[in-house]
Amino acid sequence: MMEAVAAIPPFERFYEERKDEIFGYLARLLGREAAEDAFQETFLRALRGYGKLEHGRHLRAWAFTIATRVAVDQRRRATPVAEAPEVPVHDERPVYAELEHLAGELPPTERAAVVLRFGYDLSYDDIGAALGSSAEAARAAASSGVRRLRRKENA
Amino acid sequence: MTTVPDRIDRRFREAAATAGLLDVAYDYTDSPVGKLLVATSERGLCRISFDPEPERELDWLSRAFGARVLRSAGPIDPVRRELDEYFEGGRREFDLPVDLTPLPDFQRDVLVELIRVPYGHVDTYGGLARRIGKPRAARAVGGALNRNPIPIVVPCHRIVGASGSLTGYGGGLERKQALLGLEGALLPT
Repeated sequence: MMEAVAAIPPFERFYEERKDEIFGYLARLLGREAAEDAFQETFLRALRGYGKLEHGRHLRAWAFTIATRVAVDQRRRATPVAEAPEVPVHDERPVYAELEHLAGELPPTERAAVVLRFGYDLSYDDIGAALGSSAEAARAAASSGVRRLRRKENA
Repeated sequence: MTTVPDRIDRRFREAAATAGLLDVAYDYTDSPVGKLLVATSERGLCRISFDPEPERELDWLSRAFGARVLRSAGPIDPVRRELDEYFEGGRREFDLPVDLTPLPDFQRDVLVELIRVPYGHVDTYGGLARRIGKPRAARAVGGALNRNPIPIVVPCHRIVGASGSLTGYGGGLERKQALLGLEGALLPT
């Protein structure tokens, strides 16, 4: 018997499975109002790419990747933020849970890295792909984001 | 968990169709013969399904026409309109283009010929077989009709047995009878 191939599902199924999660993610990154436009742009981009997919693996990470790029593009058009200073951090997840309400002020890539890692439990490999960089860069962005959140809390 | 507001969901579905990004758009419509799933490809109407099982339909549409299948009301509106007119008795021919491209040649030949059987008339399996130049293929014609992906518009209900018996129908004999009744068809005796 042949090994089951991860077939590409009909787009309707992919969309129904992912739409709420992606909308929630975009709302966390951009606020609810901006998320509405970003949501449409995300799934239109997904449709444009859908015909070129070679298999149906990693579709969740792929959807987050597109959403992240849409959100980052949108926020880059807003204000730039200064780099955070180096401070060592260890377990960042509890810090994020306490500080998420401040995440709106992070630069776009740090914010996306922090939310994908601690809000949606994506691996640094997937986050690196989403940010168009590497797992190391994703880890650095998440750490830097958490440091900045701490600083904001103590400010 | 956050959910997408309906208005945003609808807006995306319409935008996807308007942007021409879909292989297939589909939606549901009510009719006197029950709820129908109706689908269109870029070439035309490609599916009408009685008693639709959505997951099976999605898989078939995706395999036959491409994976970019999405529920979207707009592209289905012209079909809905013609079907409504047909069921109200005001329409005797459909102006909708149909897409039979994924079908095997033989089945496509049968269905193309079938479209020429006029409203209110019936023909037989053998008659249809003769008209496509395969007079001995009545049984195969029956099989091709049974798997007709676009019933009602491609009128397989107009084909009956040589004795005038209704014989069979993919959507059930009651529906075949209802459609022939609507058209005022006289069965051969």
